[in-house]
Amino acid sequence: MNRREFVLSSVRTAASVSLLGLGLSLYSRQASSLPAWALRPPGALPEADFQGACIRCGLCVRDCPFDMLHLARLGQNIPTGTPYFIAREAGCEMCEDIPCVAACPSNALDHSLTDINDADMGLAIISDQEACIAFQGLRCEVCFNICPIRGDAIRLEYRHSKRPGQQALFIPVVYAEHCTGCGKCEEACILEEAAIKVLPRHLIQGKLAQHDRLNSNGSL
Amino acid sequence: MADSRRLSTDSRKPWLKRHRWLLLRRFNQLGVLFMFLLGPLFGAWLVTGNLSSSMTLDILPLTDPLLLTQSMLSGSWPATTGLIGAGLVLLFYALLGGRVFCSWVCPVNLVTDLAAWLRRRLGIRSSARLSRNLRWWLLGLVLLLPVLTGTMVWEYVNPVSMLHRGLIFGIGWAWLILAAVFLYDLLIVSRGWCGHLCPVGACYAAIGVAAPVHIAAPRRDQCDDCLDCFKVCPEPQVIKPALKGSALRSGGRHDPVIDSIDCTKCGRCIEVCDRDVFGLRLGWRGQDQQINSKLSEPTASLKQQGLQH
Ligand code: SF4
Ligand code: SF4
Ligand code: SF4
Ligand code: SF4
Ligand code: SF4
Repeated sequence: MNRREFVLSSVRTAASVSLLGLGLSLYSRQASSLPAWALRPPGALPEADFQGACIRCGLCVRDCPFDMLHLARLGQNIPTGTPYFIAREAGCEMCEDIPCVAACPSNALDHSLTDINDADMGLAIISDQEACIAFQGLRCEVCFNICPIRGDAIRLEYRHSKRPGQQALFIPVVYAEHCTGCGKCEEACILEEAAIKVLPRHLIQGKLAQHDRLNSNGSL
Repeated sequence: MADSRRLSTDSRKPWLKRHRWLLLRRFNQLGVLFMFLLGPLFGAWLVTGNLSSSMTLDILPLTDPLLLTQSMLSGSWPATTGLIGAGLVLLFYALLGGRVFCSWVCPVNLVTDLAAWLRRRLGIRSSARLSRNLRWWLLGLVLLLPVLTGTMVWEYVNPVSMLHRGLIFGIGWAWLILAAVFLYDLLIVSRGWCGHLCPVGACYAAIGVAAPVHIAAPRRDQCDDCLDCFKVCPEPQVIKPALKGSALRSGGRHDPVIDSIDCTKCGRCIEVCDRDVFGLRLGWRGQDQQINSKLSEPTASLKQQGLQH
């Protein structure tokens, strides 16, 4: 092979490989979108960083004593090989020693998370007040009772009922700064389709222009 | 006459002797897989995780260095267990020869070896021409993409982790990728995946660049040109310099050591050769003197090993 041929064939190879790279990148953009119903384990980096860091080993899945994490398979609408859980099927039990994070070799589950109450897997929201029976005046309290941090993340608040003959409502209210998105409330909701759902935080929370938002005392 | 791609059938060696390396390898490959499956199948969690990263008996972490590198290139810093695990794997393959991973551990090798075997049996000779260097380009791409995109692009298609993870955690549609690799190897390019494209294999090859374990052809003068070794070898180009090369080394000897990092140390060439031309040689490369002096009495050493007829 002379010099000219060598250069030509190298250029050809480089061009083909670049095209392949482009194709792979485009495919990965599509294959990396996470549906809202799939939640990441505690300590997971922000989604884009998580998908760069996670080496898809499944150690977090194996070390979860409650077996509620899964590794996505090719063909599911979840990035292949990455860990997730579905709140309605089984939420995170918020283990104090956070074994899933301890097991992670890549720091995709950030080892700087040491207090499970600081976890941010998502945020609960009463997504259907018309269906939630607490809003009909019944004392349900199932989501409140199951919440690992009830009283902080979810509280029962008194509302005066506008319906004739009804005295009071005790409705569940979620406080975003305490809720870890563990999903237990959605798992436990007694309705056929849960009226309280856990979704990625950014899908729920509004944002003020400055960093001032009301905290739970109602002060700025 | 039998198809020239088939092995010579008038072998003087008994079947077991012609296949003991192969059996050992299969035993090892399936054994590794079995260890990983003990947990999911029988609840005995000796080893958890998969080849990307695993934990054995709660104390031995092992992590794939290429995966962890991609993770770091995408902009994150791994946990200590990840780093230790990758260090151990690096050390292991740096000493044993990187592509030992390919022929002794990687589950895809079962698929591509099957394709190669079928190819021989069915007498499929046509094979598209493809450079064996393509894998290095792909390895570069695999390492570059996390830097450019911030995500581990290769992991969306990597057949190696797809298959291993799939066997342990559920395969989903990943078998399609393996089927593609199989058909490509069988019908389009001989040894097309492992021998030309796989960047994982290329990475392990690079890791083993200085390994002191080699296959050599100390009795190359006995070769009767049956070409059986070339037919079974997944990287036949590595054999020629050692078996037929004319370069003289210090001491006026031919250099019979296969020192290409592409050799997977599968040992197939050793066992298929009727004339026991090949053998295993230990010694750091670069110390040619020492290797050559060891090789200068091949007959004696072969006698010791009971390989001499
Ligand atoms: S905190 Fe406990 S229950 Fe929740 S994912 Fe981790 S190991 Fe599983
Ligand atoms: S342990 Fe970490 S790297 Fe492994 S699958 Fe879980 S999040 Fe990913
Ligand atoms: S997700 Fe539900 S159960 Fe979990 S902390 Fe939030 S409110 Fe409580
Ligand atoms: S070349 Fe790749 S697929 Fe083939 S055995 Fe090696 S690592 Fe596995
Ligand atoms: S040279 Fe021998 S040991 Fe190396 S890959 Fe070929 S057959 Fe296997």
